[in-house]
Amino acid sequence: METVLFYILGAITLASAFCVVFLQRPIHNVLFMIITMIGIAGLFILLHAEFIAMVQLIVYAGAVMVLFLFVIMLLNLDQLSLSHDSRAARRWVGVVAAVGLLVLVASIFRAFTPRGGTGTLMLDKAGQISNTEVVARELFTTYLLPFEITSVLLLAAIIGAVILARKRSGKTAKG
Amino acid sequence: MVTLQHYLFLSAALFTLGVIGVMFRRNLIVILMSLELMLNAVNLTFIAFARYLGSVEGQIIVLFVMVVAAAEVAVGLAIAVTVFRQRGSINVDEVNLMKW
Repeated sequence: METVLFYILGAITLASAFCVVFLQRPIHNVLFMIITMIGIAGLFILLHAEFIAMVQLIVYAGAVMVLFLFVIMLLNLDQLSLSHDSRAARRWVGVVAAVGLLVLVASIFRAFTPRGGTGTLMLDKAGQISNTEVVARELFTTYLLPFEITSVLLLAAIIGAVILARKRSGKTAKG
Repeated sequence: MVTLQHYLFLSAALFTLGVIGVMFRRNLIVILMSLELMLNAVNLTFIAFARYLGSVEGQIIVLFVMVVAAAEVAVGLAIAVTVFRQRGSINVDEVNLMKW
């Protein structure tokens, strides 16, 4: 059952990611990206990370992709065709490097059993403890300082985005 | 029986697709989306390791990666809007004033 679900979700995610990269209109890219996010959230649920799956759906598919859609509609983009530029050969080098990295990663991970772990996931008590409580147990005790620092990061991002996207008031030098 | 290698291969394939998107597309919005695809692939790797090692730290770092990615998308799209207002297009080949 888990194998069948993994292959279905994996196929959906990979096909949608392929469409994100290779389709021409930005709206199509955004919509297939949303499907990719939902597929990845399904894979998270399969990996016993229900809280993270819901956060992924709310934050990524619900906020980040909607922000992309708003910006695309705000800019009112025309369909951009792939321009022929002279640096195409250099980009193919990058693609070859990326595929080579994929092959290398696949061959390294062939015989790889993970050892170690701290037992903090509490999979054996999965019936009684929810994933939210397991995550919160570590997040608010051991990792409290990074958690508070992310709030400062978000504040900086908010201020930066508001200032960058503000219309210039159009003050030209007069007189 | 789904092993760790299945998830690692899937996330490596997603990461490769993201890299291809960043290198090949000329539209700034699509480049930002391919960046998000790479970050999602990394999140999948972390969650897979968290499950197969039995430790929750992988899930916690995924929360932080999501926060950073959301902040980065907000600022990146604000930059894209500003570039569009200045130049009238978001083709990254045209943002070349500082190119030697």
